[in-house]
Amino acid sequence: MDNTLSHEQLVQIQAHIHAHQHVPGGLMPLLHAIQDDIGYVPESIYPDISKALALSVAEVHGVVTFYHHFRTHPVGKHILQICRAESCQAMGSEKLESEVKARLGVDYHQTTADGSLTVLPVYCLGNCACSPAVMLDDEVYGRMTAEKVSELIGEVCHG
Amino acid sequence: MVKVYVPVDSTALSLGAERTAQAIVAEAQKRAIPIELVRNGSRGLFWLEPMVEVATAQGRVAFAPVQPKDVPGLFDADFLNALSDSAKAHPLYLGLTEELAWLKKQQRLTFARVGVIDPVSLDDYLAHDGYKGLKNALAMTGADIVKTVTDSGLRGRGGAAFPTGIKWNTVLNAPAEQKYVVCNADEGDSGTYSDRMVMEDDPFVLIEGMTIAGIAVGATQGYIYLRSEYPHALKTLNEAIRKANLAGYLGEDILGSGKTFHLEVRRAAGAYVCGEETSLLESLEGKRGLVRFKPPLPAIEGLFGKPTIVNNVISLATVPIILDKGAQFYADYGMGRSRGTLPIQLAGNLKQTGLVELAFGATLRALLYDYGGGSATGRPIRAVQVGGPLGAYLPESQFDTPLDYEAFTKIWAVLGHGGIVAFDDTVDMAKMARYAFEFCAVESCGKCTPCRIGSTRGVEVMDKIVAGKNHTKNVQVLRDLSDTMLNGSLCALGGMTPYPVLSAINHFPEDFGVSSKEAAA
Repeated sequence: MDNTLSHEQLVQIQAHIHAHQHVPGGLMPLLHAIQDDIGYVPESIYPDISKALALSVAEVHGVVTFYHHFRTHPVGKHILQICRAESCQAMGSEKLESEVKARLGVDYHQTTADGSLTVLPVYCLGNCACSPAVMLDDEVYGRMTAEKVSELIGEVCHG
Repeated sequence: MVKVYVPVDSTALSLGAERTAQAIVAEAQKRAIPIELVRNGSRGLFWLEPMVEVATAQGRVAFAPVQPKDVPGLFDADFLNALSDSAKAHPLYLGLTEELAWLKKQQRLTFARVGVIDPVSLDDYLAHDGYKGLKNALAMTGADIVKTVTDSGLRGRGGAAFPTGIKWNTVLNAPAEQKYVVCNADEGDSGTYSDRMVMEDDPFVLIEGMTIAGIAVGATQGYIYLRSEYPHALKTLNEAIRKANLAGYLGEDILGSGKTFHLEVRRAAGAYVCGEETSLLESLEGKRGLVRFKPPLPAIEGLFGKPTIVNNVISLATVPIILDKGAQFYADYGMGRSRGTLPIQLAGNLKQTGLVELAFGATLRALLYDYGGGSATGRPIRAVQVGGPLGAYLPESQFDTPLDYEAFTKIWAVLGHGGIVAFDDTVDMAKMARYAFEFCAVESCGKCTPCRIGSTRGVEVMDKIVAGKNHTKNVQVLRDLSDTMLNGSLCALGGMTPYPVLSAINHFPEDFGVSSKEAAA
């Protein structure tokens, strides 16, 4: 078993597997439930999932890796998603992306050295009326500049 | 007690509506003035958010945009007494909301309640004509409901514009023990947010529309496949579903009719291709979102192999008003074969962005300049992408095209989901064409070769064209490749990526270093 997972996390995961075992098409909601709690979907639990849902380990792996949202490794405490879609590009998101990445010293899919923040690209947050947009954890922010993003990170991650 | 409205829509929140609401509550407490704070949806005038409204005897009065620092001044001006001279003299005073020209000129049918009501108040929904459509539907046969939807002329608002009633009719006539209604709420097109607004700002209308669909075709289970990027919509929908179940509008024996309809929200996981209906069904079944071959149509063999209605949020949310006011009422709006209204979303580089619902037929120019107010940067609008990342880029010479499915088809463009993204003259169209391929490569499900390989080859060819390598030859390769993707892809992702690419090179050849003679080739 994966020794990076705590006993409590393993109990949580088992409870989720149990709850989704007989749900039609239950794999997606199960993966969401696990990632919501643990922050990622540990590869070490694929065998348990596959047994409970009568799937092969390869099928579970295939689903996890198909979707951009699911991760197989731990990420930072907070997640910053920067929108790369057309509406945000029309309002200068390319500059925003490069400035934010430079300020944080990370590229997409990387985590800051202190482990506080992971930066991810996203294609549309539905906030196209107020581009460029970013999402910090579950909140969207519109008409962003690198300065405003830095302030936000300061408040949310170090506040 | 004065009612004060502060939107809870996520775009309003993205501009600080939460803090504004908190500041108003705190200031009222400090001054010992009792107020009733209502968290409504957004009226869709997003350039003016956070918009605060105050109820008066004459209707709601708007103040916008209101930041926390403006709040003490508003109280000083007695804004709670919004018809007073001092309130009217406040610089953020806009007058009666319903009289704002931007809103008054619109024809809001699907969005009639959006921004008006508290999204999760069932009482509010009922007080504003909610569930009238369902009540009518419960007294009709399934075939009559389907006929009403067909007669209204409603076509799928998700992009393909397929007549909704025809789709329903196929499901109605498919014999099966179990049928499903699936709402495609995987709105991933850049420049679109009308689905999100419906789900966050008037969730009951979607629930009602799906319930009517279920009753019409005999489906007892519905799923809303919702983007994972919309956490607020998830919360709002779940809350509304819970309330609808408690009040007998969902579940067993709906309103004593003996009819059953269960509804559940399922979260997507960030794959754009799952907005394609067969990918979506695979994903709902817990699999990789690989596109399915058609036939069989989902209406015959859909979710778990059963007959399934798959409709977009706006299509389903438009059903209640059709069942309430009749097919003819809805069909009286629009032009040609595009009946009814289209919720248009103004986005990108525009001064006045937001939701404009109008009968089909308004021109792009009217939307960009009369509603949009021109570019946000003050520079000329050079290109406009309509219909999401797979929509064509249109130059100024096409701005007089009316918003109508057929008129757009004629100029080799798509209306899609009604999203309009404007770019000023600093845009590099070769870069946008490259981006279209890049996006396709990131999002391709990988099932068919033209999309899986073509998208990556497209990025490479674009890089060569921009670098000026074998220019004429590579432009030809780009056109050949686009032709292969257009005609050989399984679904719209690969099949429509050539729209932004070819429209960019045809309308803006100078950005590709191509002479207009070459472009015409």
